[in-house]
Amino acid sequence: MKVLVPVKRVVDYNVKIRVKPDQTGVETANVKMSMNPFDEIAVEQAVRLKEAGTATEIVAVSIGPTQSQETIRTALAMGADRGILVEADADVEPLAIAKMLKAIVEKEGPELVLLGKQAIDDDSNQTGQMLAALMGWPQATFASKVEMKDGSMDVTREVDGGLETINVKLPAALTVDLRLNEPRYASLPNIMKAKKKPIDTMSPADLGVEPAKRLEVLKVVEPEKRQGGAKVESVAELVDKLKNEAKVI
Amino acid sequence: MSNLVLVEHEGGEIKAATLNTVAAAKAAGGDITLLVAGSGCGGVAEAAAKIEGVAKVICADAPELESQLAENYAPLIVKLASDFSHVWAPADTFGKNIIPRAAAMMDMQQISDITAVVDADTFERPIYAGNAIATVKSGDAVKFVTVRGTAFEAVAEEGGSAAVETIGGEGDSGLSSFLGAEITVSERPELTSARIVISGGRGMQSGENFPMLEKVADKLGAAVGASRAAVDAGFVPNDYQVGQTGKVVAPDLYIAVGISGAIQHLAGMKDSKVIVAINKDEEAPIFQVADYGLVADLFQAVPELEAELDKVL
Ligand SMILES: Cc1cc2nc3c(=O)[nH]c(=O)nc-3n(C[C@H](O)[C@H](O)[C@H](O)COP(=O)(O)OP(=O)(O)OC[C@H]3O[C@@H](n4cnc5c(N)ncnc54)[C@H](O)[C@@H]3O)c2cc1C
Ligand SMILES: Nc1ncnc2c1ncn2[C@@H]1O[C@H](COP(=O)(O)O)[C@@H](O)[C@H]1O
Repeated sequence: MKVLVPVKRVVDYNVKIRVKPDQTGVETANVKMSMNPFDEIAVEQAVRLKEAGTATEIVAVSIGPTQSQETIRTALAMGADRGILVEADADVEPLAIAKMLKAIVEKEGPELVLLGKQAIDDDSNQTGQMLAALMGWPQATFASKVEMKDGSMDVTREVDGGLETINVKLPAALTVDLRLNEPRYASLPNIMKAKKKPIDTMSPADLGVEPAKRLEVLKVVEPEKRQGGAKVESVAELVDKLKNEAKVI
Repeated sequence: MSNLVLVEHEGGEIKAATLNTVAAAKAAGGDITLLVAGSGCGGVAEAAAKIEGVAKVICADAPELESQLAENYAPLIVKLASDFSHVWAPADTFGKNIIPRAAAMMDMQQISDITAVVDADTFERPIYAGNAIATVKSGDAVKFVTVRGTAFEAVAEEGGSAAVETIGGEGDSGLSSFLGAEITVSERPELTSARIVISGGRGMQSGENFPMLEKVADKLGAAVGASRAAVDAGFVPNDYQVGQTGKVVAPDLYIAVGISGAIQHLAGMKDSKVIVAINKDEEAPIFQVADYGLVADLFQAVPELEAELDKVL
């Protein structure tokens, strides 16, 4: 079974982002970029499926600027077999991403697409569900456990009330949550090997998708700052202030 | 303008997030129709008809809608949506699962997790874990919007008297099936709508220490939450997680115990009215957002807090 893993290049989760003074977006020049943390979990899951003999080939796909190659290389170093880079702007919307992924799915014929549940830059949480919709496939979102069956899989999902288990037929799109696995670090020999693995480069037009914007970003601003930082000396003072100053208890 | 709002319900009860979502739809203007989908959900539809400001309730009653699988739910929305300018749902695991699927089926670009309605086409939404707020304008014919509940004051559960229309479903897709659920049962208020939340982090050291927080919670009528580190370590179930990728809360009072205050945690609680932090490390970033910071060992401070509350409550 072939597995496709879409991986997004995002501002590293440790970076404290800065909003551009002209309010057009967030500063990404000279900022540390990494693979979206959820996508690392998706790659890890794919590699485990390959190690278990279930997956035969893992294709990592990234849509974004040329540097997204580095994100693909990270996936290759973790154990993906080859990469596809679709060169596009960094801020293509989820629906257009899903359309490009659909075109790639139709060409590659994977039985499983493993995505992150959300990209930590746009915080959209849409792409996997949209790809499933466009393909007419089932979807299993927020997965924290996956058990492969013959022609289907049982997926445990992290929902607001606790956990839920569903069975979805293959082919399917699955979006991973934090507790599915702990992604491995690529070893130095694997990083070296990854340099020789092939990456195909293409454009949205090659996939027949026009990544036109549906949402116009009017402005991006910083949120209101909290005035925090005050300390209390004792539990008694804390309780007194909560009762008599803040009046919340 | 006309709005279709998805009603989230469980065990015959309407979830609180629905009322916040109706409030967002109201802010956009126009008629409000609610969609209650499920199996044997007539009672829920009757309750939904009483919600303030609702013009109509569509009750889609069919066996395949029982477990709210996206594959069966989305086609139903698609069938109804072209009569509306907006389709709304809470930005929780229910809405996030279903809405993007329906939006893509209609070739619409969803707008996720909005915190303000500027006008019927324009919305504010947090990005980068809430460290930036984007104002976006949609040109789509049907706007699919998910709503951050804490950003909108709930409408009243009573006061409306809408008509209920009952329809069927679109059939079983045969693509997916529901196997079971392990729902956390708790007598405490729901995390996302509680007036007070007390959360524990890695500093709690083990799940066996959480009853310490629960005792305080029960004195205050609070819900109990946690950081990702506490959930990952297995101290508490996943549905306790507060943060960028967990639940967003904005209670009157949030008490963070043994939590360092990572960006991803702050994303889920920094809009709380009053924040208390108890941490033994005075450099912990949580203190920067706390209105009342207490530098102390939590194993002393929390039992003391419980005792002190007894004196004043
Ligand atoms: C993609 C991604 C998504 C994430 N999403 C979330 C999310 O939704 N929610 C979330 O919370 N995190 C999330 N995280 C994780 C986040 O980055 C932090 O790792 C996490 O919040 C840390 O949890 P913590 O504060 O409990 O643990 P730590 O950072 O280890 O902090 C523990 C704190 O406890 C204090 N402490 C220890 N012992 C005591 C004691 N005896 N008395 C008092 N204080 C004590 C310490 O001083 C320390 O400050 C995410 C991370 C990633 C990469
Ligand atoms: N530009 C992209 N390139 C590759 N994968 C992407 C891209 N954008 C989103 N994805 C995938 O879709 C998931 C969810 O993203 P989002 O819907 O934007 O929150 C991510 O975790 C990735 O797996």
